[in-house]
Amino acid sequence: MSRIKNLRIKNVSLTMTIVLFLVMFIFGSARYDHFFSLSTFLNLFNDNAYLMIAGIGITFVLITGGIDISISSTIAFTGVFMAFCLEKGMPSYVVIPIALLIGVIVGAVQGSLIHYYKLQPFIVTLAGQFLMRGLCVVISEASIPITDPFFKFMALGRISIKLGDSKALNGKIYYYVLIFAAVLVTGLYVLKKTAFGRAIYAIGGSEQSAELMGLNVARTKIGAYIISSFCAALAGVVFSFYTLAGYGLQNMGMELDAISSAVIGGTLLTGGVGSVFGTAVGAMIQGIIQTIVTYENLNTWWTKVTIAGLLCFFIVVQRIITVRADAMKGKAAAAA
Amino acid sequence: MSHVKLLTMEGISKSFGKAVVALDDVRFELEKGEIHALLGENGAGKSTLIKVLTGVEERDEGEVELEGEKIHPRSTNEAQQIGISTVYQEVNLCPNLSVAENIYIGRAPRQKFGGIDWARMNKDAEELLGRFDLKLDVTKSLDNYSVAIQQMVAIARASDIKARVLILDEPTSSLSNVEVDKLFSIMKRLRQEGMGIIFVTHFLDQVYEVTDRITVLRNGRYIGTYKTSELTRMELVSKMIGKDYASLNKSLQESREEKKETKAGNVFINMKKVSHQGSINDMDLTISRGEVLGLSGLLGSGRSETARVLFGIDQVTGGELEINGEKVHLKHPLDAIKKDLAFCPENRKTEGIIGDLSIRDNIALALQAKKGLFKKISKKEAQKIADEYIKKLEIKTPSADQLIKNLSGGNQQKVILARWLATNPQLLMLDEPTRGIDIGTKAEIQKIVIDLAAQGMAVLFISSELDEELRCCKRIVVLKDMERAGEVAGDEISEGAVMQIMAGGEAS
Repeated sequence: MSRIKNLRIKNVSLTMTIVLFLVMFIFGSARYDHFFSLSTFLNLFNDNAYLMIAGIGITFVLITGGIDISISSTIAFTGVFMAFCLEKGMPSYVVIPIALLIGVIVGAVQGSLIHYYKLQPFIVTLAGQFLMRGLCVVISEASIPITDPFFKFMALGRISIKLGDSKALNGKIYYYVLIFAAVLVTGLYVLKKTAFGRAIYAIGGSEQSAELMGLNVARTKIGAYIISSFCAALAGVVFSFYTLAGYGLQNMGMELDAISSAVIGGTLLTGGVGSVFGTAVGAMIQGIIQTIVTYENLNTWWTKVTIAGLLCFFIVVQRIITVRADAMKGKAAAAA
Repeated sequence: MSHVKLLTMEGISKSFGKAVVALDDVRFELEKGEIHALLGENGAGKSTLIKVLTGVEERDEGEVELEGEKIHPRSTNEAQQIGISTVYQEVNLCPNLSVAENIYIGRAPRQKFGGIDWARMNKDAEELLGRFDLKLDVTKSLDNYSVAIQQMVAIARASDIKARVLILDEPTSSLSNVEVDKLFSIMKRLRQEGMGIIFVTHFLDQVYEVTDRITVLRNGRYIGTYKTSELTRMELVSKMIGKDYASLNKSLQESREEKKETKAGNVFINMKKVSHQGSINDMDLTISRGEVLGLSGLLGSGRSETARVLFGIDQVTGGELEINGEKVHLKHPLDAIKKDLAFCPENRKTEGIIGDLSIRDNIALALQAKKGLFKKISKKEAQKIADEYIKKLEIKTPSADQLIKNLSGGNQQKVILARWLATNPQLLMLDEPTRGIDIGTKAEIQKIVIDLAAQGMAVLFISSELDEELRCCKRIVVLKDMERAGEVAGDEISEGAVMQIMAGGEAS
């Protein structure tokens, strides 16, 4: 029986993901000069903060057993919308809250449609994706540069981190990485420590049971979609800090990067299992593959090829573990 | 014992649409510290009454009082809040959450700053389960445990919500005898603590073992409430089915007598050391035409798994399978169907019926699959087949157009039976065909099975109720730990003999 415990899917996947990350980091360090450094590590956050934030949001939806493919468009829309408003002279402290509010509304509408009309999440969020992407281009076909001082401050401001005198132990993170840190900590807390978070897992396990156990399924499910869209909007804000521009065709297909981060991090698309920490590590793995591909001087599409292989590997391993655990359970039951 | 009224339901009526009257002026009364059996055949209205009480269905008429206070719960949540909790036949918990969480989700203990206090929750869960003599690792996810344990956890959850009324809806269907005993001791303890328990079951033995009073419903009407100690079984049964049980039983006996005379024909299925990794090992099994072969064994012993392999759901990974003297390799259930095999699976709801299709379409399904999708069965033809079987199997429905999900469990089972009989099979495999079905329909289905064999069909009969196997089968193969452990046949057949093999051949 104790072996089954050790074989728990979430633990195995997450451990595997972390080990894989370390292996890649060591591989890179051994192969390239200057790879082994704190700044290589911190740059993963600098370059992928927006992906991680969006990934954490979508993890909530995935755990309920749903899916949200509208997030990339929401990110793009937020960017274009903010750039457009800032260009028209609106102050950033008004524009950013409105952008986030739009995220909340998009999530609430999608979640309500999915829950109350029992519609497929895929179709509803596909419609959301088209709508948001379309609106981007309605606002502006061209990329709009952002010159707002607050955005510039966030884009350029960095914190130095010094772990030692050697150059390899120095690095910098941008201010906006702190937003990611806050989202991660909040996500961890909500999923582990709040009734809402646990209800998310319960719905993923069995929606009918959750209903019969007296949990508020409607509120929880809609809440998950709101979190997903809100995080997407927040990722849009962070992405604007990162690029200092709003462009409607930005981040096409990036929702699938977020979903694959979650899966590599141990989230099951069938629902009920997953963690935001895993998703963050999953995103970092994608980041480190990108870094290695850059060091190798390869076409960046090699990143996708590698991730494709990884994804296959992970889902097959997850499946094998599940099947094995079931078989062992059968044996245990027969022996009992 | 003091007789304090806990719950009264008065003049409850409920109909679905215009035609179907599920409850007609039904009353029910529950005292504190009482275990009260709610009995009736399928379609008697037990489930509807419970749904009305727990707020799943809205009642049309009637009053419900809980300790003198009028109540009208509109959701299970609301019912739980006022102290009415329910444990269903199918475990309604979340397999991916830990045991402790399944007990406490929705009302978990909190830390100072509002976060869930996991340490305390785990400790509370251990204590609570300890009261039920259960020692589990409460941090493990629920799917690590057997259905029986999951059922206990469900009861622990229900009894901890400061419940005043606990409804147990067929909780024992999937439990072994030992587990049932454990459940009963828990029920008795809760009774002592003053809880009122409504116990819905099909097992009369259990009714007499544990309940104080019995309320019988029939066809949506209230028949009466009786003290368990003052009502004989025969009286109870005739009140439930509204006809003479003895005559029903006699016709079953007659079928069996007839059956004894017909000789088993030639061998139809021959399994030679058949294995499927992780489910059965080196299985030797023969099934002849005209015999009902019983397959017995504890849960997980390989009963259903054997049927799954025979039906091509799980592939043979070792050994040989012969059907009708011909060596075959079944890759897919369709291969099995084409060899004239039929299989009624254990889990009616998820593997058997398609709820949103009509009875007619549900019956035509297997026949259509066998014929291939390009030879469409006309509606007229399907209608003819459906009508034939509705009559033959006495399926209670206004018409073949009725959606199958609106039928009672017993009638759904008959539809599935009809589906496979329509394909004119040579081997019929039945996995727990009478689970959760009232005794009247149970006897009918048993009779159908025996008659089919008498007509020359080979039947594989899997049931966890030993007396049912003893009644229907002339030969019983007993499985243990995924292997064949022994066989009893003819006059040797007895409960003791089968159980001895199950227990491992040691004298019990």
